[in-house]
Amino acid sequence: MYDLLIIGAGPAGMAAASTAAQHGLTVAVLDEQPAPGGQIYRGITETGPRRAVILGTDYLEGAALAEGLAASRADVIQGAAVWDICTGIPFTVTYSCNGAPAHLNARALILATGALERPVPIPGWTLPGVMTAGAGQILLKASGVLPENAVLAGSGPLLYLLAVQMARAGMPPLALVETQSRADLLRALPKLPRALRGWRTLLKGMGLLAELRRHGIRRYQGAKDLAVEGRDQAEALSFSVGGTRHRIVAGTILLHQGVVPNTQITRALRLDHLWHAGQRAFLPQTDDWGETSQPFLFVAGDGAGISGAKAAASAGRLVVLQAAHRLGRIDSLLLEEESTTDFRALSAERSVRPFLEAAYPVPASILKPADTTIVCRCEEVTAGQIRGWARAGAMGPNQLKAFGRPGMGPCQGRYCGLTTTELLAEVHGTTPATVGLARLRAPLKPVTLGELAALHPKDD
Amino acid sequence: MKPVFRNLDDGPQVLIRFDGQEISLPEGANLAAALLAAGISRFRGTMVSGASRGPFCMMGACYDCLVELDGVTRQACQMRVEAGMDLRSGGADV
Repeated sequence: MYDLLIIGAGPAGMAAASTAAQHGLTVAVLDEQPAPGGQIYRGITETGPRRAVILGTDYLEGAALAEGLAASRADVIQGAAVWDICTGIPFTVTYSCNGAPAHLNARALILATGALERPVPIPGWTLPGVMTAGAGQILLKASGVLPENAVLAGSGPLLYLLAVQMARAGMPPLALVETQSRADLLRALPKLPRALRGWRTLLKGMGLLAELRRHGIRRYQGAKDLAVEGRDQAEALSFSVGGTRHRIVAGTILLHQGVVPNTQITRALRLDHLWHAGQRAFLPQTDDWGETSQPFLFVAGDGAGISGAKAAASAGRLVVLQAAHRLGRIDSLLLEEESTTDFRALSAERSVRPFLEAAYPVPASILKPADTTIVCRCEEVTAGQIRGWARAGAMGPNQLKAFGRPGMGPCQGRYCGLTTTELLAEVHGTTPATVGLARLRAPLKPVTLGELAALHPKDD
Repeated sequence: MKPVFRNLDDGPQVLIRFDGQEISLPEGANLAAALLAAGISRFRGTMVSGASRGPFCMMGACYDCLVELDGVTRQACQMRVEAGMDLRSGGADV
């Protein structure tokens, strides 16, 4: 039995584990990837000097967190896919490592499962050669692999970072096709004064834009009607700017419309969630410390709402302090003393978000795609089918499953859930908050019958 | 246009098979990344229509990069390259 179990070894999970160990808590960390870092610091423990130059200083900040984790006495289990959680005191978490299942028990549980790319349903987005911008970054960070003939498309600061990293590696993208317009930036300006508290982030963004210009990377802004062309493979990206149709021949299209909290576990546990209109996503409801509607169950980092890597590390330290306090390991005086700096940092990091959300909005045509566009990649369900079933009487995402299985493939709605909810809200003239998301059940990741059977003693 | 992925690193290579074709990949590399760099873009056909799919998220969430190893369907992006792997395209090949 551990005092604390942490799921995820990104910035929040790594910071949480080292803080917990410092305060004498026994800790285990379960992480799905082969090494700590999460997606933002993916491959941080294996990065050589050449890749470090390409990836930049922000990325290298993850090294201190990874060193903190390594120096802590936390038991870190990599390659562990969590697929069931029983709440209560203790919590029981079931996971598989290389196809072998196991349980762990703990008095408190911290979910640090981060974010997922927001789905970008456009025509042709299921073709081989179309990937998320995050996937492009993961290829670079974890494997040193980059596409030579790629177009980056969508919206958000990650596109600038990836384009600059690709250019530094000697393989700049063919173009950046951005959906946001100058009008969006003007609408975002009233939110700029508040964002100035996070001036470091804004300054970095401006630095990236300047570097993009230096590399001579072509940018299209205000792009509409994006479509990937190709039969068995992405061959080109076409789009319109100001009434003119453009077509760029490319073998790789990297899509991005920001990231959204990964709520698979909090939803499976039926915790309370809120609709965040700015992020157009659902977030688990937590108090200021990150404790959810389930006592002793905490969420830290982007999984609790998108605020970025630095905020995630602060949140990771804060949830542990509160968990330690709730477990009776530190008194309220120490709690207050140790938490002041991170609360201040968290608030500064979060102040930038409303500006970014307004400056890089998700176009309505991507939130609610055209009828012929595939929404559910796994079951190949189109937006038109979902609208049709909604008109035929499907009121919510759970009922919709019976009509045509959207969200019931192996990804369990990770890349269609939000779109399905937006489409249902559109047809029924209501809000995504009212529609909600589909109910989830264990196993949270597909497992084999052999894995289930292996959990039972053989001599039964 | 075929996607072209380039590997920035050099390392010892091992031989594996993908749908019977012998391919040389960097030992211990992420399997999905290594297959992409070796020029493989179609990892499987879908169960529903047989449509071609390849890696999409690279973080174990989308299940588009499924391949079959020793009769078990797995996510290529969550595997490492090992000498002698005998892989098949995942899903139902229609």
